[in-house]
Amino acid sequence: MNTTSQFRTCPDTGFKIHRPAETLIKLNAVAAVIFLLIGGVLGIGVGLTRWPEVHLLGPDTFYQVLTGHGINVLIFWIIFFEMAVLHFASAVLLGCRIATPKIGHGAFWLMVVGALVNNYAVMVKGNSSVMMTSYVPLPADTLFYVGLILFAVGALINCFMFLGTLVIARGERTYEGSVPLVTFGALTACIIAIFTIASGAVILIPTLLWNLGFVSHIDAGVYRLIWWAFGHSSQQINVATHISIWYLTVAVLFGAKPLSEKVSRFAFLLYIAVLQIASAHHLLVDPGLSSEWKIFNTSYAMYLAVMASMVHGLTVPGAMEHAQRARGYRSGLFEWLRKAPWGNPVFSAMFLSLVGFGVLGGITGVVMGAEQINLLIHNTMYVPGHFHGTVVVGTTLTFMGITYWLIPIVFRRQVVMKRLASWQPYIFGAGMSGVALFLMGAGTLGVPRRHWDILFTAADGGHEFSAAALTMMSLNGMSVILAAVGGAAFILVVVVSVFFGPKIPENQKVGTFMMAPRVTDEEFATNKAPLTVPGTLVLVAVFFVVFALYYFINWKYLAQTWGLS
Amino acid sequence: MAIYPPSNKLWWNEHIEKGELIWITVVVIWGIILTLMMPLWHIYGKQNMSSEAYRVTPEQYLAKAQEVVDQYTVRTEGAFNTPVVKPPVGSDIYLVGRLWQWWPIFELEKDQSYRLHISSIDWQHGFSLQPANINLQVLPGYDMVLTVTPNKVGKESIVCNEYCGIGHHNMLGTIYVVEKGAQ
Repeated sequence: MNTTSQFRTCPDTGFKIHRPAETLIKLNAVAAVIFLLIGGVLGIGVGLTRWPEVHLLGPDTFYQVLTGHGINVLIFWIIFFEMAVLHFASAVLLGCRIATPKIGHGAFWLMVVGALVNNYAVMVKGNSSVMMTSYVPLPADTLFYVGLILFAVGALINCFMFLGTLVIARGERTYEGSVPLVTFGALTACIIAIFTIASGAVILIPTLLWNLGFVSHIDAGVYRLIWWAFGHSSQQINVATHISIWYLTVAVLFGAKPLSEKVSRFAFLLYIAVLQIASAHHLLVDPGLSSEWKIFNTSYAMYLAVMASMVHGLTVPGAMEHAQRARGYRSGLFEWLRKAPWGNPVFSAMFLSLVGFGVLGGITGVVMGAEQINLLIHNTMYVPGHFHGTVVVGTTLTFMGITYWLIPIVFRRQVVMKRLASWQPYIFGAGMSGVALFLMGAGTLGVPRRHWDILFTAADGGHEFSAAALTMMSLNGMSVILAAVGGAAFILVVVVSVFFGPKIPENQKVGTFMMAPRVTDEEFATNKAPLTVPGTLVLVAVFFVVFALYYFINWKYLAQTWGLS
Repeated sequence: MAIYPPSNKLWWNEHIEKGELIWITVVVIWGIILTLMMPLWHIYGKQNMSSEAYRVTPEQYLAKAQEVVDQYTVRTEGAFNTPVVKPPVGSDIYLVGRLWQWWPIFELEKDQSYRLHISSIDWQHGFSLQPANINLQVLPGYDMVLTVTPNKVGKESIVCNEYCGIGHHNMLGTIYVVEKGAQ
């Protein structure tokens, strides 16, 4: 059953690749891109409707499209891709066979069916415009919940396959010592995913039963508490996964090694620590929970994760700087960065994502997660602005970048339209950064999220948002178009490459740069500077100053509003 | 390299880079500051959530709201003849969120405090006071109580910022803030 013909050796990386694992990686990655396309097109509808001068869709269609956009990109695109990453980080990086490939196919199709059933309820039946959060007692079609549950079961099976593959690798001694850091990061993502899906089951199964009439009542507050244990933790899966990919990227592009295995691994572990209360910062202005509960849970759970991300924010570019300096790029503070391959989309996507995730997503997430500052921000456009920084500039852009590397390595096809590909991360990154910034600007000025008409043309009494707020929404619309161009470029390059790109024979090298040789200890020893990563330290210092200033400015805003106690 | 097992099998004994240590120290201190800011604001700040909330049924809540409306309505306004209520300073006032209306309208005095109750009698809603920019989650079954002290004269709108079905964007309420002692 475990014959050698089931494996091939990658001529560029030297990885021993189990063919059934490779098939599953391909399937999940292709499905991911299809749902990115669906969700992305729906996102254009959202952006153009919220552009006040354009106001593209009618209200029914808008709420429907907004629901579909959220679920397709935030759940289906990202989780399908994460399944591919889990299999890559286990079977490929450990050079072992994947556990239960047949069940893997079953799980994959279960996820596909679940995603289609959910989309059928939202987009075709049209009676499930309940947003991704589906807060009770707002009712959706039964198939809405059934679709999500099927999808989650499939994802859960994939998680257990990942754990099974780790057991096989250890049992068959396909590696020595500890698992690679990237696999370790993927393991934390997998553990978080299991907790997340369990929370999802705890809330979605009773909600399904309520929908069917077997349960008479679900408390709105309790729903939110448990739903966010699922909804927020799933973002921790994304973070753990895309940071693993950052480490992977700097390893294959620069031959970099982590500054310290201990620090990076501990930082990953922090994502798991007290994960179960990570939902608290979504409930900061909810009734029925005490301030003590909110503060303890928010700060205890959240700031540990914040610390972890800030540490990775140093160690990822630090590992790169360390390697580049060892290779001789050591003039001044930033030669290591200037001489990076900015035309290679694998690198540019990763680095833009690193900066965008930290500055646009990270800082703002902490600010709005402070109990009292949340009063200014809860359910305003600031919230989608923030998570377009984390999940799109962060996770999605990272996944796009590594896809350019996976196409030759796993799909054995050349990436075509290389020029377009080299521009793509910049176009998408700029567009999406605009979305994040302008939405947060509008949110700061009070514009509500999930709202069809902020001009209140038909609302009794009427309300006028400031001209600045409306301008922010128009600028957001323009940024959406730019991001859509970048997104379309990605899909075009990927689809044409994977299905029509020149094939690369199995034993032939790709021909372009795929894998940097490991930086040797001798090379590292040639760099005798007292500080290993001065450039990165300057970068994180600038980041920290911006962070602290912005944090305290928001307290000042808060002090100007009504007294509340 | 992060894609291979650590070359030093005893990686947990390696020393930590100086740069990393500096940053970790900064990060830990910052985490502590972030944590302390919230309790400190409860002590020194003037904008804080109360922890006060009660279980309530829609009928009970609506009855309490009606009682205040019956006693203190000064006029009606708008397409739905929404009562405008001018309650005594310091009293308990009840705002009802329902599909798709905030009810009633209040007229409050600047720099005076009121015990504002907020609840929904159907689905979840979002209380978003504009331009003061105060945003709260409103749940059915929960009577949330906050002591509010308006600090600016003028008209404040209550936008609904939690999606509540097809009329969501038409759900708009009003709070007027008038000078202290104004009739």
